[in-house]
Amino acid sequence: MIPQFVVEHSPALMVVVPLLAAFVAPFSGKVSHAARAVLVGGAMGITSLLALVLASDVYAHGTRIYVFGAGSAALAVPPDSGGIPVRIVFAVDQMGALMLVIAAVSSLSVIVYSLASERGHSGLGNFYTLFLLMVTGILGMVSTGDVFNFFVFLEILSIASAGLVAFRIDGGPAVEAAIKYFVLSTLGAFAILIAIGIYYGEYNALNMALIAQRMQFTLLDKVALALFVAALAMKCGAVPMHFWTPDAYSMAPSSVTALLVVASQASLYGLFRVVFSLYGVVLNAACVGWFVIVLGVLSMVVGVTMAIPQKNVKRLMAYHAISQTGYMLLGVGVGLAVLGNRPFLEAFGYMAMEGGLFHIINHAMYKGLLFLTAGAIFYRVGTYDLNRMGGLGHSMKWTMVFFIIGALAIAGIPPFNGFASKLMIYESVFAFNPALSVIAMVVSILTLASFVKVFHSIFMGPVLPEYRDVEEVPLPMLAGMGILALVVVFFGLFPSLVVDTLVAPAAHALADRGMYIAAVLSGGA
Amino acid sequence: MIGSLPYVAIVALLLIGLATIVLKQNLIKVFLGLVIVESAVNLFLVSLGYREGGIAPIYTNAPEGTMVLPTPQALTLTSIVIGVATTALLLSFAVIVWRKYGSIETGFMRRLRG
Repeated sequence: MIPQFVVEHSPALMVVVPLLAAFVAPFSGKVSHAARAVLVGGAMGITSLLALVLASDVYAHGTRIYVFGAGSAALAVPPDSGGIPVRIVFAVDQMGALMLVIAAVSSLSVIVYSLASERGHSGLGNFYTLFLLMVTGILGMVSTGDVFNFFVFLEILSIASAGLVAFRIDGGPAVEAAIKYFVLSTLGAFAILIAIGIYYGEYNALNMALIAQRMQFTLLDKVALALFVAALAMKCGAVPMHFWTPDAYSMAPSSVTALLVVASQASLYGLFRVVFSLYGVVLNAACVGWFVIVLGVLSMVVGVTMAIPQKNVKRLMAYHAISQTGYMLLGVGVGLAVLGNRPFLEAFGYMAMEGGLFHIINHAMYKGLLFLTAGAIFYRVGTYDLNRMGGLGHSMKWTMVFFIIGALAIAGIPPFNGFASKLMIYESVFAFNPALSVIAMVVSILTLASFVKVFHSIFMGPVLPEYRDVEEVPLPMLAGMGILALVVVFFGLFPSLVVDTLVAPAAHALADRGMYIAAVLSGGA
Repeated sequence: MIGSLPYVAIVALLLIGLATIVLKQNLIKVFLGLVIVESAVNLFLVSLGYREGGIAPIYTNAPEGTMVLPTPQALTLTSIVIGVATTALLLSFAVIVWRKYGSIETGFMRRLRG
């Protein structure tokens, strides 16, 4: 049904389609609003389809290698190159395919939403250009198999997202947030570039698989690891490098915030890829694993305690995003800590990793949904201040339903998806260290408490006089939220289906470093 | 001959850049600190690929002898291009801050609260 050509070139097309659409978007806006909507929506639709095609191919046939400038994947290592993969390589294993699907689905729903929510604003051509560039950056980061290429996509992502955070200048604070975010991102990117230089100096290679194969774990490699972990933990908003997150998340337009969540998941993916595939068991896994666990627990606790006193609904959600990132770090950190210990890994390590990875998907879905509902409320009410809202449940019923779904999912209440992944994390982490599991549960309860507060102050109570004329948001915005809400409910109802078919292969692919190296260096499984 | 002199320079530049970012109040100076850090990283990449007495890595009519490694130079070129984009965006932020706040001292940028 799908032409072989498309399947074969899907890794490259995934990046090319949004990149080309990004630069056509301003011109299509000169024709009409509808033309731009068709172009932007169509480009994202095609990208999502490609992601699904590629993912199903990867899940069926194993790791896909795409070599730029060569006819076949077998030429990843040219015969006359002395065993060095000189060309730029995209390597998509199950883990990468999972991230591609998450990124594509949530960006599709976000773009459908923003077609309505940004309609009344100016400068839309530039908005969509930056938006699509951000998508390009995310997709490139998760599919590349080359450290320098990773840096380039990371910078595309940083520049586009900094531009978008400052997009509605709003009297200055948005630019402040963007400066904070961008200076930190740039410093992080330079740290990564230094690490790349160290790898090149030591191993004469930029290809992740080859570096992994030649990895000696010298002092310089430890320095490079520290640089990578610090930069990527900062980009994904883990405590103690989290302080840009609430500012950037709360000042960006809501549709952009939902995409920023996906961007932090991509950084998280980068972190896992470096720690597992580049270093794997050669590093002192227990030590680095514990470091990741401590980052995770700190993020969970600090995030949720900072969220409770917030008055601005988007700032509150941003702190919750930090807190939820902690769960992913905790789950995957436990998996990493027992990576060298086969019986423990079989007993609970894989399950902890699956829980962490499953939480990444769930988080991208429900957090995106929550930010979109916050945007919907702002669209009608014009404020993010919880104290000035109230009684909106009477007029914005659908938004309320979507908010409830998102809030229950983030708090880990069955039957929504957050419950499924959190349960996996609780169980497996309990086997590793009961205290960590208890902390995770307490954080969940605090999350629920603060969302009950938010729900009450936004939707409950009598209709306020100033919001008497408030109506439900336009259909495309509801559709964007609806896609995510459907996924949230579906994943919550059939978690085992998702875990068995999608998440477990990804966790195994991440833990199995040898397979990744062999797949890339031999040109695909 | 020059030994590890470039690396000393790199570390010095990195420290100067970081100190500028942390200590200075003026936004333009903070951004200049970032540019200095960037130059340090670029210098690091170039010096990695340098070979004592090497010639430019162009194969046409190349004389006998060692060549300087071409890949780090390509990386540096890419990094410079990205750096220009970064600096341009940061400076345009500074312009907006100047227009909205009437100052580019970070001490005045305290409107973001919550």
